[in-house]
Amino acid sequence: MTSIQDYVPVTGEDVIDRLYEIARPLRGMKVVHVNSTHVGGGVAEILSKLVPLQKDLGLDVRWEVIRGEERFFQVTKSFHNGLQGIPVPLGDTLLKVYEEVGAQNAERLRSILEAADIVIIHDPQPLPLLRSCPNRKGKWIWRCHIDLSHPYRPVWKYLRNFVMEYDASIFSLADFAQPLPQTQYLMQPSIDPLSQKNMDLTQEEVHAVKLQFGLDPDRPIMLQVSRFDRFKDPLGVLKAYRLVKSFVPSLQLILAGGGATDDPEGEEVLTDVRNGAGTDKDIHVLLFPPYSHLIINALQRGADVVVQKSLKEGFGLTVTEALWKGKPVIGGDAGGIRLQVVNYQTGFLVKTPEGAALRARYLLRHPDKALKMGRIAKELVRQNFLLTRNLQEYLSILVALIYGDQERIELQLKSAP
Amino acid sequence: MFANAAIEPFVVKECALLTIATGKRARNLKEITDHLLTIHQGSIYHHFWGRLLRPRFADPEYNNDFAEWVHSALQDDILAERLSIMNPEAFADLESLRQGLLEIMEQRLDEIEMVAWAKRDMQFHFVRSQIIVFDTGERIEGPEYLVEALPKLSVRSVFYHFIDARHRRPEMMDDFRSWLRSYGDDYDDLCSQLASVDPYFGSLVELRTQLTNLFVNYFRSVS
Repeated sequence: MTSIQDYVPVTGEDVIDRLYEIARPLRGMKVVHVNSTHVGGGVAEILSKLVPLQKDLGLDVRWEVIRGEERFFQVTKSFHNGLQGIPVPLGDTLLKVYEEVGAQNAERLRSILEAADIVIIHDPQPLPLLRSCPNRKGKWIWRCHIDLSHPYRPVWKYLRNFVMEYDASIFSLADFAQPLPQTQYLMQPSIDPLSQKNMDLTQEEVHAVKLQFGLDPDRPIMLQVSRFDRFKDPLGVLKAYRLVKSFVPSLQLILAGGGATDDPEGEEVLTDVRNGAGTDKDIHVLLFPPYSHLIINALQRGADVVVQKSLKEGFGLTVTEALWKGKPVIGGDAGGIRLQVVNYQTGFLVKTPEGAALRARYLLRHPDKALKMGRIAKELVRQNFLLTRNLQEYLSILVALIYGDQERIELQLKSAP
Repeated sequence: MFANAAIEPFVVKECALLTIATGKRARNLKEITDHLLTIHQGSIYHHFWGRLLRPRFADPEYNNDFAEWVHSALQDDILAERLSIMNPEAFADLESLRQGLLEIMEQRLDEIEMVAWAKRDMQFHFVRSQIIVFDTGERIEGPEYLVEALPKLSVRSVFYHFIDARHRRPEMMDDFRSWLRSYGDDYDDLCSQLASVDPYFGSLVELRTQLTNLFVNYFRSVS
């Protein structure tokens, strides 16, 4: 299991010292995280890292997972889509299932939740738990990991009633915050530098993965890693590749994405992409199961040009991952990509396939400049988008909740251990 | 020069800034002006000073969020230039700074025929900061020891002592100058040099280097 000290070589000792310092007033505090799954998905991935690290810093942390039948998860999947702006049906029967499952889980978890100093509820699935814990003694936070910038109003109107009862909420970007009565903290997502997806790899390992997927290691590679989703504009990437190919005939393209079998639209997009790729043997459309972290890592490290040509994007952690590997990114001028990509510093923002092609040609023509931008990119991620920063913000929010809504909180010097 | 036992050592602190959404957004100059009338003072602090702790690159074009947004979202470079030249330290407090901003924006509203609109995803989001300060336990016994201590300070310490202090202290000066003043007029020259450092362009890392060089050169010249 990863320990907090394992991060010292990556972040420096001062960052870890600061974590201990902020955690000091929180030692022994009972904190409970609640979400809807132990494995799979970004939230479970974050919690599997955060919970042991918070324990390492002296907090008494538990991670609880709510249980539900298929119908419950159908409802919450609809909520998820609705919160991201897709119109979904909302019948009374479905809402009753949601509330009943919430109450059943509360029966099972009530004693733990009511005794906790802090309860952090992740995403909409466990939201109703608060109502079933009337004797709660701690503060309750709703952590929303979803892009809530333009929700389907009926879904948000229903869920907002639950959210309003919380003591605080946390959103990933200011754009996602909603009119709510409680304090809304902003906390950008992060990547774990020690995870399989981001850990250092040897050149031999990268080389082996290239060979495994039929790539020529001696020719340049252009890469986009993302779900097969229209908002990720894979067809735009194909167009950009073809525009570059006329100048750099040796170019190879990889479009790598997660499994789309449970997503009818994903399959449709994947079919379009495969049709769009045609018979070009230098285009590699790769579909990976969700645990292919080492392969994705190697492909990102082995790419000469990394693209994330999204038309809409929440934050864009694949951009962060590539930047961490010292790769400048050609990113769509959208959402959280703008926070990470700055022209001529960490990559280029583009609006069209033509723009992406132009910038790709520039990076291929100027590998020295790409290298320099890559160094800035890695430093940007080190300073701002690593898990340790996320951890520090979580701890700071807990401190803020204890001390109240004052603008300035002064922690006293640590007492002798 | 030696440490003066009668004077308290310099207490090195660090800070973490929490960012809080206010829920207020603006898509044009009229809206941002209206919100500015009532926005939490912590939001004005955040958009002038807090930005220094956010992801940034060398040589920002404008040195506060209002100017940056007016330039990038409204493409009103006349207003962006007027806002960017504002020196927040020239205002007695955040309330005066608010009035200064309003004055410039309202004047611009009088000048223009039509207000420009930002795209939906380029709105100005008013956010505010909550600052958590903690004592690192480190003490600097005399000014000459800052030569060695400064390069080791975290950027959050640099922010707290050199940027935040200007807003925090009634005399609106950084913590280093305030501490040096306790030595009477011994370090007047050093204080003048510190006063001339413009912290609003460049990163906190660059600022730390600049301050280190300033202390190194000063103590080399007087030794």
